[in-house]
Amino acid sequence: MTVYANPGTDGAVFSYKPRYDHFIGGEYVAPAKGQYFENPTPVTGQNFTEIARGTAEDIDRAVDAGWKAFDAWGKTSVAERAVILNKIADRMEENLELLAVAETWENGKPVRETLNADIPLAIDHFRYFAGAIRAQEGGISELNNDTVAYHFHEPLGVVGQIIPWNFPILMAVWKLAPALAAGNCIVLKPAEQTPASIHVWLDLVKDLLPAGVLNIVNGFGIEAGAPLASHPRIRKIAFTGETTTGRLIMQYASENLIPVTLELGGKSPNVFFADVADEKDSFYDSALEGFTFFALNQGEVCTCPSRALVDASIYDGFVGDALERVKLVKQGNPLDTDTMIGAQASNDQLEKILSYMDIGKQEGAKLLIGGERSDLGGELSGGYYVQPTVFEGDNSMRIFQEEIFGPVLALTKFNGYDEAIEIANDTLYGLGAGVWSRSGTQLYRAGRAIQAGRVWSNTYHQYPAHAAFGGYKQSGIGRENHRMMLDHYQQTKNLLVSYANKAQGFF
Amino acid sequence: MSPRVEVTDAAADMLRHLATTYGPLMFHQSGGCCDGSSPMCYPVGMFRTGGSDVLLQTLEIEGLDPIEFYMSASQYEYWKYTHLTVDLVDGRGSGFSVEAPEGKRFMIRSRLLTDGELEEYGVEARS
Repeated sequence: MTVYANPGTDGAVFSYKPRYDHFIGGEYVAPAKGQYFENPTPVTGQNFTEIARGTAEDIDRAVDAGWKAFDAWGKTSVAERAVILNKIADRMEENLELLAVAETWENGKPVRETLNADIPLAIDHFRYFAGAIRAQEGGISELNNDTVAYHFHEPLGVVGQIIPWNFPILMAVWKLAPALAAGNCIVLKPAEQTPASIHVWLDLVKDLLPAGVLNIVNGFGIEAGAPLASHPRIRKIAFTGETTTGRLIMQYASENLIPVTLELGGKSPNVFFADVADEKDSFYDSALEGFTFFALNQGEVCTCPSRALVDASIYDGFVGDALERVKLVKQGNPLDTDTMIGAQASNDQLEKILSYMDIGKQEGAKLLIGGERSDLGGELSGGYYVQPTVFEGDNSMRIFQEEIFGPVLALTKFNGYDEAIEIANDTLYGLGAGVWSRSGTQLYRAGRAIQAGRVWSNTYHQYPAHAAFGGYKQSGIGRENHRMMLDHYQQTKNLLVSYANKAQGFF
Repeated sequence: MSPRVEVTDAAADMLRHLATTYGPLMFHQSGGCCDGSSPMCYPVGMFRTGGSDVLLQTLEIEGLDPIEFYMSASQYEYWKYTHLTVDLVDGRGSGFSVEAPEGKRFMIRSRLLTDGELEEYGVEARS
């Protein structure tokens, strides 16, 4: 067990600076309007740094810096870019503990997750795209004896990226690594709830990137996000967030005729078939963990398995065992490596979760465990902690249909395969899903039948760089991760070449 | 008709304050990840509503132009049994909603509609 000291106190492995400006054109610059905003840690609710409050003028400046850098950066060899991405990964690995503590202080998530998931996954993401870009091939199509179509990949130019607050570093890296690998320049806006940790990362790696290749403008959505998304000189916009803003991003993109990728969340079903309970073995144990995964990252995951569907024939026994597992989830100081669930990322998030617990009770859902805010005492009393909570109810209830983005599980039962699939697909969203069965056939059929971009089968919450991630239905457009992500950051250039040396005969 | 969406005094005060900067305002109820399930407040004209949206309520707030409150029709299917109150809490931003820089956040509080209200709105009660 290790308890890291709070950043900024004696014995801390890391301390934030008192202020972070915008990073534009390879240097930190003050915001055009000179304004800053306070950034609190959800661990205690106390402010720990202040952040530049960006506006359209700052976005303009960053887009200019990106285009200034693009001519040279877009022409670097894939080998050069791969080397830089690998160096970024190495630098992060050397500073893993520092980054993990910074991320926990920023977001409130337990340090065991940042040490073992967020930061290692981000490191591997850079390495994956360093490899993917070098292995990528263009194409040659011999159309006839005299005519050849060559297909080349070219970078888009300057792209905009708007990052969510639930995995401030990892979600940024999901967007940064493929865009950089493909030779684009970037203007990135971190979430206003979690704007600081990306600058800790940047401090470690900024000397590795040419000036202007990566620009970070902080600020609020209305003041900096909207000017970025609607900017006439970006060539693509990527956004992770919710549906109304997703529509607004598409609206802006339609005005500028640029592509978008959107990841807009979900209400992921986690389906437990009857044969899960055939034996009380290590597989059964993994299924109980799968049930409990709704508490990972305090439920603030777009793919949170927030609907558990359990076969009626095993319901009482399995749910009983699963609730015992939920009771073992240790809530505490996020900087303690034994802590399994930390703080919600912001006060408004806490308030929203509590309002959903209220509507769940009003709609007649039965509270099985949790259901309240946690007061952990001492300095943690000011933080935003919620008990892991399980409601039993019906899929038509709002707590079964809306992404609460908290450690709140909506549990229901089904009778047989067909009803399981029907309930699983009765949702507006289709980002993630889980299926648990000892039968390979059932696992395969269910995985194919559920309308979701990622179906974890006999596992959950794994996020390897080499597996495509993205949504069906209202969960978004496009994919992240996997080599195919490069397509979202590249143009296709076709050279159609005739070697005939003679007229076609029309004129 | 009795209102399906109302605002608290704190939310109304914030709307009056925001209108001095942004002019006439509207809401679109969001869904999905991160700040989903939050009402997004925009200057009229910034967000385009369309055939996929339902106008739930036109809010009448003293001193302000009427504020339209929209939700996507697909989401409304799951929300149609609830009365909504727009409240205001301390917060740190959300999407492109205009109150975020004020350190506040609009938030929805819900209660179930009564049988009488459901009948008034022509919503069939849940089985």
